Amino acid sequence: MSAMPDQLSRMTEAMPEVTQTTRTPKMAARDVHVYYGETHAVKGVNLDLHQDEVTALIGPSGCGKSTFLRCLNRMNDTVATCRVEGSITLDGKDIYDNKIDVVQLRARVGMVFQKPNPFPKSIYENVAYGPRIHGLAETRLDLDEIVATSLEKAGLWNEVKDRLDTPGTALSGGQQQRLCIARAIAVNPEVILMDEPCSALDPIATARVEALIEELKGRYAIAIVTHSMQQAARISQKTAFFHLGNLVEMGETTQIFTTPREERTRDYITGRFG
Amino acid sequence: MTTPSKIDSPTLWDSKEMQRRTARRYRQERIFRAAGLGAVAISALFLVVLLGNIISQGTGGFFQTYIETEVELPVKVLGDPRTMTPEEFANSVRRANMLGLVAKSLEETFPEVTSRSEKRALIKIFSTGVRGQLAQFVTENPNVVGTRQKLWLLASDDIDQVVKGNIDTETDEGDRRVSDRELAWLQKLEDAGRVDVKFHTTFLTSGDSRNPEMAGVWGAVVGSALTLFVTLILAFPVGVLTAIYLEEFAPQNRFTDFLEININNLAAVPSIVFGLLGLAVFIGTMHLPRSAPLVGGFTLALMTLPTIIIASRAAIKAVPPSIRDAARGLGASPMQVIFHHVLPLAMPGILTGTIIGMAQALGETAPLLMIGMVAFIVDIPSGITGAATALPVQVYLWADSPERAFAEKTSAAIMVLLFFLIMMNAVAIKLRQKFERKW
Repeated sequence: MSAMPDQLSRMTEAMPEVTQTTRTPKMAARDVHVYYGETHAVKGVNLDLHQDEVTALIGPSGCGKSTFLRCLNRMNDTVATCRVEGSITLDGKDIYDNKIDVVQLRARVGMVFQKPNPFPKSIYENVAYGPRIHGLAETRLDLDEIVATSLEKAGLWNEVKDRLDTPGTALSGGQQQRLCIARAIAVNPEVILMDEPCSALDPIATARVEALIEELKGRYAIAIVTHSMQQAARISQKTAFFHLGNLVEMGETTQIFTTPREERTRDYITGRFG
Repeated sequence: MTTPSKIDSPTLWDSKEMQRRTARRYRQERIFRAAGLGAVAISALFLVVLLGNIISQGTGGFFQTYIETEVELPVKVLGDPRTMTPEEFANSVRRANMLGLVAKSLEETFPEVTSRSEKRALIKIFSTGVRGQLAQFVTENPNVVGTRQKLWLLASDDIDQVVKGNIDTETDEGDRRVSDRELAWLQKLEDAGRVDVKFHTTFLTSGDSRNPEMAGVWGAVVGSALTLFVTLILAFPVGVLTAIYLEEFAPQNRFTDFLEININNLAAVPSIVFGLLGLAVFIGTMHLPRSAPLVGGFTLALMTLPTIIIASRAAIKAVPPSIRDAARGLGASPMQVIFHHVLPLAMPGILTGTIIGMAQALGETAPLLMIGMVAFIVDIPSGITGAATALPVQVYLWADSPERAFAEKTSAAIMVLLFFLIMMNAVAIKLRQKFERKW
């Protein structure tokens, strides 16, 4: 960054300002540092997630993007050596505040993982589990309703409506991942975090999940970590490029992929390193 | 063939050398497979020999020799059931000289026996258990009083052993427990078709006895069941909770490392040490009753705990982290993650560990000797604080008894113990299958 002319670096900061003034962000990270013991994994990241927008986090392996994503719903809490500094807010409230209930936070900020991980239970139970533990359904009928709409939103309903009591683990990989998405949206989250959701899927299943993300965009703030630049270009409105724990560049996806301001970003998206 | 630059030349897959290598590999594979098969065969052979030996010796323990006798049941001796209440009649029957009645019937069969000493020897062909057997028969059927009844009465253990062929009658008279005179009497009865070996339910329904023909395993079975019940109630929840805490909550530090080393060491401590500990703590300090299943269960629970903890930890560790992530990501609390997802998936492994521990506890003798469960106890234990013994201790006691007839009782008790074990394993396998799921 030091190699950059002053004018350009001022522009880097100016660009997101424009969007920030018009809307308040759903989630905002300010100067976030993450340490694993002695390792400094994320170094001072500032990033906003907006409602009805998909934000793609790209960067080479080990650049801290997954670590950062897992900070957004405090999944890193269980890692004993992990330490988070800085502030992350959801609707203006600090999620690392002592008064915040982690269980509720994770219900509001859902997560979809790299490898499809349905529970070894029936399809119905997979989707019904979240609403059940949070008491979102009063009656069995309500629960049926939630399960049906969640599966519909995840585009899985037509494929599984006749076999809701078969194990979720018996579905194909792509179906399993959509089941996981249905499970995540069944608790009615505000933000959905996706950690490389398509890396274990074939191109056809990937296309279906991408179409699904496109559909979900209007309702949730979505952050997606991906290794596929094409995927980021296809589905996201904002792209953030991470490198060695730094957020190198963040901006409109079209701008990042056509006229990146940083040399490292250009090198990465053209495949020169990474 | 071999050029100086070996690396550059193409590999000759069909050369002599290669063929030899292949042949050698095949030979090694064959030898390895044969060795494995041999190992299986040897273990199977040992098992067959062991089981065959126990079954061939022990089957006799479930059977006893009975002698048919026609017994006069006079009102004068037994009392009149028509003029007495049932309790009075039962009391009067209990006081009656039953052996006298049997002796009288023997006089009819053996008129040649006249001297007092001979008569006394003659009645010895019957077990002293005949007294109880007759009394029970009369009490249950009061209308037989005043009649003559043909009854199959229990023979003494020595006669029983002769009939079963376990005593060599060819040896010198002084070297065996049955005299020639007794053998002659037995021969006469056998010729008349009045001797038979019948299935002996007493062995399965009564407690221990000094007389082999009246001894049973039920007291020991109940004692073992009560002891194992206490063990399970204590060891299973404590073991599983310990495993959950250590696996899911405990911070990784020197203290937990120290705990882990100690748990692993405890699993290898000789069982008698736990017996000494039980004696000192539960009986010496806490003054719990001696010889009781309660103390036995506590002691065996201490011994079983490390096994359950180690197996449960391994099972919990084997649950894929992705399942935990999925539940946590949905907003499940740590307890919900464990009870809704981790435990159900770990349950088959936990049950396997528990059943191994319980089987170990079932077969354990040494710690029970230390806390006094080795006592001679005739009564069926009534609760976890009463005096009791356990199956392996019963086996040990009988194996130590001088009477020849106890040898087959020992093997028969081992068969009951094995049956118990098989039932426990069957239940465990059923439970396992119920909990087993794929992911």
